[in-house]
Amino acid sequence: MNRSPYITDAPTVSVIMLKVLIALVPGIIAYLWVYGAGVLVSLSLATITALVTEAAILKIRQRPIAPSLADLSAVVTAWLLALALPPLAPWWLVVVGTFFAIAIAKQLYGGLGYNPFNPAMVGYAVLLISFPVIMTKWPAPLTLADAPLNALDQVKLIFSNSLPAGVQLDAVTSATPLDYLKTQLMLKHEVTDIAQAPIFGQFGATGGEIVTGSYLLGGLYLMQQRIISWHLPTAFIGALAFISLIFNIIDPAHFANPAFHLMSGATMLCAFFIITDPVSGPTTPRGKLYFAAGVAVLTYLIRVYGGYPDGVAFAVLIMNMCVPLIDAYTQPRVFGHKH
Amino acid sequence: MNSIIQFASKLMKGLTSDHASSGNASDVYKFHGGVHPDGHKHESTTRPISQLAIPETLTLPLRQHVGYIPKIKVNIGDYVLKGEMIAEAEGTVSAAIHAPTSGTIAAIDEAVIPHPSGLPDMCVTITPDGKDQWKPLTPIDWKNTALDELITSLRSSGIVGLGGATFPTHIKLRKDGASAIHTLIINAAECEPYITCDDMLMRERADEIIKGVEIAQHLLGAAKVMIGIEDNKPDATNAMTSASQVLANATVKTVPTLYPSGDARRLIHLLLGVEVPHHKRSTEVGIQVFNVATVLAIYRYFTFGEPSVSRVVTVTGNVETPQNFEVLLGTPMPFLIAAAGGAKTDTTHFVMGGPMMGFDLPSIDVPVTKAANCIIAASPSLFAPPPPAMPCIRCTRCADACPVNLQPQELYWFAKSDNLEKARDYHLFDCIECGCCTYVCPSNIPLVQYYRYAKSEIIAADKAQEAADLARERNDFRLARIEREKLERAQKHAERAAGAKNDSAKAEKTDKERPASSTEADDAKKAAIAAAIERAKALKLAASQTNATKTSSEENLEPALTENKPEPSAPISDEQAKKDKQALIAAAIERAKAQKLAAAQAGVAPKNTDNLSPKVKAKITEIETIRAKVKQMVENKDTD
Ligand code: SF4
Ligand code: SF4
Repeated sequence: MNRSPYITDAPTVSVIMLKVLIALVPGIIAYLWVYGAGVLVSLSLATITALVTEAAILKIRQRPIAPSLADLSAVVTAWLLALALPPLAPWWLVVVGTFFAIAIAKQLYGGLGYNPFNPAMVGYAVLLISFPVIMTKWPAPLTLADAPLNALDQVKLIFSNSLPAGVQLDAVTSATPLDYLKTQLMLKHEVTDIAQAPIFGQFGATGGEIVTGSYLLGGLYLMQQRIISWHLPTAFIGALAFISLIFNIIDPAHFANPAFHLMSGATMLCAFFIITDPVSGPTTPRGKLYFAAGVAVLTYLIRVYGGYPDGVAFAVLIMNMCVPLIDAYTQPRVFGHKH
Repeated sequence: MNSIIQFASKLMKGLTSDHASSGNASDVYKFHGGVHPDGHKHESTTRPISQLAIPETLTLPLRQHVGYIPKIKVNIGDYVLKGEMIAEAEGTVSAAIHAPTSGTIAAIDEAVIPHPSGLPDMCVTITPDGKDQWKPLTPIDWKNTALDELITSLRSSGIVGLGGATFPTHIKLRKDGASAIHTLIINAAECEPYITCDDMLMRERADEIIKGVEIAQHLLGAAKVMIGIEDNKPDATNAMTSASQVLANATVKTVPTLYPSGDARRLIHLLLGVEVPHHKRSTEVGIQVFNVATVLAIYRYFTFGEPSVSRVVTVTGNVETPQNFEVLLGTPMPFLIAAAGGAKTDTTHFVMGGPMMGFDLPSIDVPVTKAANCIIAASPSLFAPPPPAMPCIRCTRCADACPVNLQPQELYWFAKSDNLEKARDYHLFDCIECGCCTYVCPSNIPLVQYYRYAKSEIIAADKAQEAADLARERNDFRLARIEREKLERAQKHAERAAGAKNDSAKAEKTDKERPASSTEADDAKKAAIAAAIERAKALKLAASQTNATKTSSEENLEPALTENKPEPSAPISDEQAKKDKQALIAAAIERAKAQKLAAAQAGVAPKNTDNLSPKVKAKITEIETIRAKVKQMVENKDTD
């Protein structure tokens, strides 16, 4: 029988996923520096939950467990979700979200390769809808907090919801710039005045922009390693910059400038790590451009007009629904065929 | 919008590409995709081509080319001289077979041949007498001979495409009146890893190759010649460049080392920037492609009269001394392997062709054929068995690597879910089975095997459909005929009854009213119907004979196979069953054609099956049941 080719030259799925995890490391380090050790707790919680859930469901589905755990895709989902959640969120929030992402969004659709929606974003959206208050309680960056928590305090807060004596929750949390901007605009303040608040850094959030910049760094590494193609990040960043620039030019008093949008919230995480999930994304080069631009526009609209501070999760999920359509209408020209 | 995307795409590719290729690769037209497998060429290029000794027996499969099986012209016990024709090309697409050395015909029998199917085929075995004595050879003064004569003469040279495609060469020179050939491309890319026979030929025999190019150019009337060599063969490029100085309009061009640049359509694009439309042959846009070894064979045939009796084969991989050998066709593979120092102990099997598109030899006991460009001894360390396939993660590495710009992950999805029509829509049949997609897939999915499977399924389904259509058409016609005859009979009865009632005066009147020609027409119609019935009877008889003796349908079988696939590589599980089926189909075609003709002559359209009597309707149901049964049978045979 003809079973050529006899040779291959491909990184395994595990290696690809491992590189994605490695690319997240700079962002995680920045996170630690800005928000403290709590993030390590949520990362570990999410990882364990993801692996246990995946194994349990594979067992129920009577599928081999080891190869699926070894492909590391569950860990990637876990990390992305953990990094999207508020760093000091209670432990059960992380567990519930991760369980949902793996069990429902991934395994119930048939496991790796078959899920139409980005599992991490499904987990995130479910939490956001179910627990909106907790989901918007972000800790203040350590440098800004009235009462900075040490690592032990953070762990205690995550697991038992207890703060050191005399410290109020309000003292350790603050609104994110996206959130703050939105509420202040409703109070008829202007962007330039609002941006004077200490929570705002050079471009985005104080500290937050370091995290965002580190994601960018990791993303460039993924591009250099050819794990992701240029299409998605470029189109996403380009479209987000473009639409925010237009609005900003029209009315600078009410619409923040592109730099703010690029360096705030989950922009870079989304550009390089979330929309680049191959399984739930489009496959054609042109389709990738449309998909990413669509996510960018939706993200912007939800940020500015929607009911949630950041629009990434919903934007991604909505665009996930469009993937079959995008793929069908963006088939590239086959060699020797005319369009 | 599209132009912006294309510009951005180029820009980004420029920024991120790792193109290590050098040379003057800048003035070629790059194609999408392609991969860079390790060359493994140097193993077999350190030693010159060596002339292999004459083995004790030579086994010559009659089918060494694409097309009809040639007709045997010798008998067991005959003494033949080297170069003597032992089988003659039969039909248009066919090639002759010649004795590779002098000796006696020892056997004419079936034997396993080097083909992925692993099925035995008709072979002629020669016992050499060791004298290696040529028959009297007659060179051809090609410059002063008519083209037609040259091409006819090539038909008996046995020369076929030696790059591995084995398409009879004289066909490629035939003017089909479609369009004049303006460019001859010499395919010297040799992009598959491990294979070096063309490389070594160019290094050692560049002058002869160029003379062959000159002849081919003359035969085609091509104004321009382009020789495309991958830039990993500098020695060959230099040799060819200096040899080609004698030709006025020949250019040697290096193309980047990128698999599959040796694919004819890819090479044409690389060199000329022309995308041959998917439904056309390159000759239809004025381009013909020849492999280096083929033009060398053309040179030797015209200059010395030598037919195709040997070829250069690379023996490499897990052997002691990898090397290229000039081998007599029919040489047993073990004899050849032994000449390369023998296979190392951990050798598991042998691969014919390259590692990207080659196939497992069904057995080592097969002969060298015209298609044998490379034999690789395989071991687990050389070609590791692929790890189990994982789910597709839609990473599109396969799409990025596909030289045809297909979406392999979609094709895989459709093939896997047996959604074959969708696979066809996504241009499955444009897939050249190059293996690039499988090569890069991180989930180790054997993509190409899915495509081979899907293609064969679709072809089989199409054939079954064709047969079913014919059967239906035939049946409809038969029913229509029965109905028509009944009507005519009824009409006659009515006429007769009317005639009896009315007197002769009325009859006279009728005669007056009716123009004379009408009566004539009626008579002619009757005669035609009678003739049609006669013919149908005769055909039925003929058909039953055809079914009984399958040999008469061989001619129909051949083109059916060759038209659907350039290489008859579809695995055949039950040759006999297939032949029988083919015969049935052929007979059906014959019958339907004849009946259609008869119907046309009789002036009746084979329709009108409405408003049938209950009896006829019952008959239809009966026929339907039989047809369903036959269909079931055919399907069962297919899945055997
Ligand atoms: S390379 Fe393999 S895993 Fe990636 S899209 Fe293609 S088939 Fe799927
Ligand atoms: S085997 Fe077919 S689908 Fe795969 S890369 Fe080659 S042409 Fe494309």
